[in-house]
Amino acid sequence: MNEQLAFTIEVFLNGLMAGVLYALVALGFVLIYKASGIFNYAQGVMALFAAMTLVGIQNGQVPFSHLINAIFGTDIHKFGWSVHSFLAIILTVFVMIALAWAVQRFVFRHLVGQEPIILFMATIGLAYFLEGVADLMWGSELKALDVCVAEGACLPQGMNTWLEATTYDALGYGFFIDNLDIVASIIAALLVVGLVMFAQYTKQGRAMRAVADDHQAALSVGVSLNFIWILVWSLAGFVALVAGIMWGAKSGVQFSLSLIALKALPVLMLGGFTSIPGAIVGGLIIGVGEKLFEFLIGAPFLGGATENWFAYMLALLFLVFRPQGLFGEKIIERV
Amino acid sequence: MKYKLGTMAIAGLMAASPVMADLVFPSLSYRTGPYAAGGIPFADGYADYFTMLNARDGGIGGVMTSVPECETGYNTEKGVECYESLKGGGGLVYQPLSTGITYQLIPKTTADDIPMHTMGYGRTSAKNGEVFTHTFNYPANYWDGASGAINYLLAENGGDLKGKKIALVYHNSAYGKEPIRTLTELSEKHGFEFKEVPVDHPGQEQKSQWLQIRRDKPDYVIMYGWGVMNQVAVQEAANIRFPMENFIGVWWSGSENDVLAAGEAADGYKALTFHGVGKDFPVFDDIQKHVVDAGKAAGAGDQIGTVLYNRGLYAAMLAAEAAKTAQEIHGVTEINASQMRDGMEALEMTEEKMAALGLPNFGPAFKVSCQNHGGDGLVGVTQWDAKAKTWTLVSDFAATDKELIDSLVAEDSSAYAAENNIEPACQ
Repeated sequence: MNEQLAFTIEVFLNGLMAGVLYALVALGFVLIYKASGIFNYAQGVMALFAAMTLVGIQNGQVPFSHLINAIFGTDIHKFGWSVHSFLAIILTVFVMIALAWAVQRFVFRHLVGQEPIILFMATIGLAYFLEGVADLMWGSELKALDVCVAEGACLPQGMNTWLEATTYDALGYGFFIDNLDIVASIIAALLVVGLVMFAQYTKQGRAMRAVADDHQAALSVGVSLNFIWILVWSLAGFVALVAGIMWGAKSGVQFSLSLIALKALPVLMLGGFTSIPGAIVGGLIIGVGEKLFEFLIGAPFLGGATENWFAYMLALLFLVFRPQGLFGEKIIERV
Repeated sequence: MKYKLGTMAIAGLMAASPVMADLVFPSLSYRTGPYAAGGIPFADGYADYFTMLNARDGGIGGVMTSVPECETGYNTEKGVECYESLKGGGGLVYQPLSTGITYQLIPKTTADDIPMHTMGYGRTSAKNGEVFTHTFNYPANYWDGASGAINYLLAENGGDLKGKKIALVYHNSAYGKEPIRTLTELSEKHGFEFKEVPVDHPGQEQKSQWLQIRRDKPDYVIMYGWGVMNQVAVQEAANIRFPMENFIGVWWSGSENDVLAAGEAADGYKALTFHGVGKDFPVFDDIQKHVVDAGKAAGAGDQIGTVLYNRGLYAAMLAAEAAKTAQEIHGVTEINASQMRDGMEALEMTEEKMAALGLPNFGPAFKVSCQNHGGDGLVGVTQWDAKAKTWTLVSDFAATDKELIDSLVAEDSSAYAAENNIEPACQ
């Protein structure tokens, strides 16, 4: 196989994988926006908070230990045990549900009927609040993240040797695909299927869709807005946990994890803020587009590091010609 | 009532004002935000050394020290605000720990007659003290780092790098671009092929860059990264099976934070340094006794001996030694910022002095002068042992390409002087 073509295909495949990771972050935004019309600025921080909570529970870290020690003059940091990844994930999900309840109870319940910009500002406040709480709870230092389902069966890292050997035998060039990216793709696919099935075939899912369509109509038939919003924020919290695990496994869990939200914005602009499949397709287009542009044009002719620029330029183009995104609902307001 | 209010007002003023008798060493720290993992140990090391001096020696020359902190979040605007807010407190020297903040503070500190120490970062040409009278960057700078890496590779390759490919993976910012000119010049001098691979902030996604490296197959990769970029780069290098022993980071890409996340895969990764690693130095016994055990540590006390804690401690030690020099020069113990500047310009670190401070062989010996605010630029190389989770110094602190660096410093500082109507001269 022609070497340049082989490299291009390799870049394309890796772009798809990167796109899946972007889509994982974008999914959380879509869930909340679709059900409540809130653009959740705190989604990236939720991923950080979830990942820090997971590592903290796994390592048996005492939450708020620095604060406790400073107030009471103690020197406690760890419980002295470690928790299995599976159990730690379940406990983290409960923490995220509690967070969803608290967010609804103490913030958004008081803002029902406010302008969308007010709700958006509230999520900015929430982001800073959560970042501070995460710092107080678990500390600011970088933490390595190992999620293992059994002894020796942890999230895999490194090149997939089977794929490399197979493509080398077949095409004369061994393609590079990261094992973690393959796992992330499978998990993202399961997550999307799960979310779609939940929305289509469960009572709560149908209620969620009803709220998304028309709050007033849903209320009139007895759907509890309060419950649905807690449910949606919980689901977004779960998606944030999955995104936090996948991104945290690459770089360790640290405060820059909250910046992954920046990767989701062009995906949302392209795929639409209200479509789960849109988040996936948008992620894939952005992932492939930015990688191919960097490979074919950015690095050879523009000095490189064009990915962020290209992603937002592409999203801007879509905004100009299709403001609602590829899969978003067209807003028609009668005056 | 009036008496009570007056008393309260005076008490408030006293509480708000700094204790003027202290020698004040402000710390522009970042304990929050995306770069907190790097900022915390540095700030802890900086504060703990002065706490130890107070407890063990009664301060410097009999005058107690204080370290007021201001949180910059590694944000340039906040950093400048911190400088402005702390300026009235009699700070002797500022260490902004950020190249962006440094660039903003160079004209301000010069106008305010307050020295600034940018150890291993900031504006490299500040080495020319005749132009940058109040900025010091001893014992080494970015260009020393680039040259030190090449000198190390020359030694590894029997003095010949002809035909070799060397890639620079760098943070696409003013900081990351600093070594490009030096490496370009060195590639012409030594005959190696040089390739630039920029990574956008913050560097969480680097697949394109490492696919390029996989395709181009460089013999060596040098990295100028910071924060999450480092951890991702080390992981991606491991993913494409790039040999870790051929991957060298600058000192801002060579802490425990940068390699722990990658686990065993990071074994053998190398990083440049201008100071010692580990806690096998007598000074740490004193830190343990007078600071940690006494419950006075700035942090949890678990960072002692880590690379960035040691760097913070080293920065504090150099500041304290410069203050002692200033006290000797001016014959007073309660020095001001202007006198501190004189102390920094006359600072001489010898091996005997470092041994007496409980830091034998911790850093290179060097001497600062009016013409040379950057010291001798000696650079060492460390290597990560993933099993033991320790860094080991694998080379001596070796000389860099003085001729080239001095010419680049002269060129850049002359341009700065011309732009800002500065007549180069010693103060």
